[in-house]
Amino acid sequence: MPTFVHMTRCDGCGHCVDICPSDIMHIDKTYRRAYNIEPSMCWECYSCVKACPQNAIDVRGYADFAPLGHSVRVQRDEQKGTIAWKVKFRNGTEKNFLSPITTKPWGTAIPKLADVPGPSQEMRDSQLLYSEPKYIRIDDGGLHTLKSNGLKMTKGVVY
Amino acid sequence: MFATNPFAAMTAMLPANAMQIYVVLAVLAVVAGVVYDMAHKGSAKYFFANWRKTKAKASQPVGGGEMVSIAIKTGVVDVLASGEFCNMRRRIAHLLTMYGFLLYVGTTALMIFGYPTAATPTPAIVAQLWWLGGLMVCAGGYWFWFFIRVDVAAEGGSPWRLMRADLFVLSLVISVTLGLLWATLQARSSAVATAFFGLYIIATTVLFGSVAWSKFAHMFFKPAAAFEKRVSKANGTAENLPTQTRDDPEQQKRHSMELLRDAPMDMGLGIKREAPRHY
Repeated sequence: MPTFVHMTRCDGCGHCVDICPSDIMHIDKTYRRAYNIEPSMCWECYSCVKACPQNAIDVRGYADFAPLGHSVRVQRDEQKGTIAWKVKFRNGTEKNFLSPITTKPWGTAIPKLADVPGPSQEMRDSQLLYSEPKYIRIDDGGLHTLKSNGLKMTKGVVY
Repeated sequence: MFATNPFAAMTAMLPANAMQIYVVLAVLAVVAGVVYDMAHKGSAKYFFANWRKTKAKASQPVGGGEMVSIAIKTGVVDVLASGEFCNMRRRIAHLLTMYGFLLYVGTTALMIFGYPTAATPTPAIVAQLWWLGGLMVCAGGYWFWFFIRVDVAAEGGSPWRLMRADLFVLSLVISVTLGLLWATLQARSSAVATAFFGLYIIATTVLFGSVAWSKFAHMFFKPAAAFEKRVSKANGTAENLPTQTRDDPEQQKRHSMELLRDAPMDMGLGIKREAPRHY
């Protein structure tokens, strides 16, 4: 089932609204608390659940992948760089997970786009996306194909 | 102006008893509004059902002494210091409004009941605290109203667009603003002072009469929710949230923690590095 918000926990900070990839978390106009405006469009990505500083958002997983009566809750501790999950089944069985979210201080691995020179007119007219040539090495001898690399497609299973 | 009791000066026009009865009616309106709000939303029912559920699932019982300690922590951190807010601007604005309101309401009651007429001279400090409280409410309230509230700060909405969520804040700041304006005009013997007193009474009646529909009752249910949250952490249920953390030596031995073995315990802020203003 989609996300839902515990109204007594929410303080209307807007982190869930900011992060929702479906843009369905909004601030209620009457109570100024977050709520899911279109539950059928929620794909349960847990982005808002993890982003909520008050742990006010919860999700009930669909019965086809999670048994009814279960609870899956997450605690994202950015300062410690970890994410913890607790899965609790209706028979009382608990499973706890703790994993790193980042091994470097936050923000150090993000390119500072403001420092990168803007694209030239030629780059703007190109059909390539930003920084695309760098990754497919089109600027380094053209597109890499089987032919350009002297390879041949072989039919069948090759060991 | 700042050292005189504006209510005592009104007794020439309005008997002191009438003002005292009005204050009693305002208190009764708050009580009735909160009770109606709790019954209508079922918040008390939900709170106690949740309380029983949490207690039944507790893995470590919380004793009386610990319960008192949790109540004190809730009172000091969550209530007196508005610890719930993660946005510092909101927290400061809330503290200004909250303490301003308490000061303003307390000194209003003191001036009306303790020093109702000119025959019972009001100590200057009481009137000065009334002014200070009113100005604090205005500072926190207008700051929140025009700059901090989420639909203006984050969604770019107009501060002039009104909705039901604004009923409490707006009636509070308007009531206090009109009260201060009335006191100023009265001190200057202005002809329109009485008209402003009428407007002040209307705004104050809206503030205390709309408790059932406004968020006035949050000052009662928010501390209860904060207390319940702390108790659930202490008794091990933690609302089913994970309780394992990296600073626990046992958890540091986990295979999944290998990558963070040499990492500092404070890795800095993640998404909280920026205010949520991208929507």
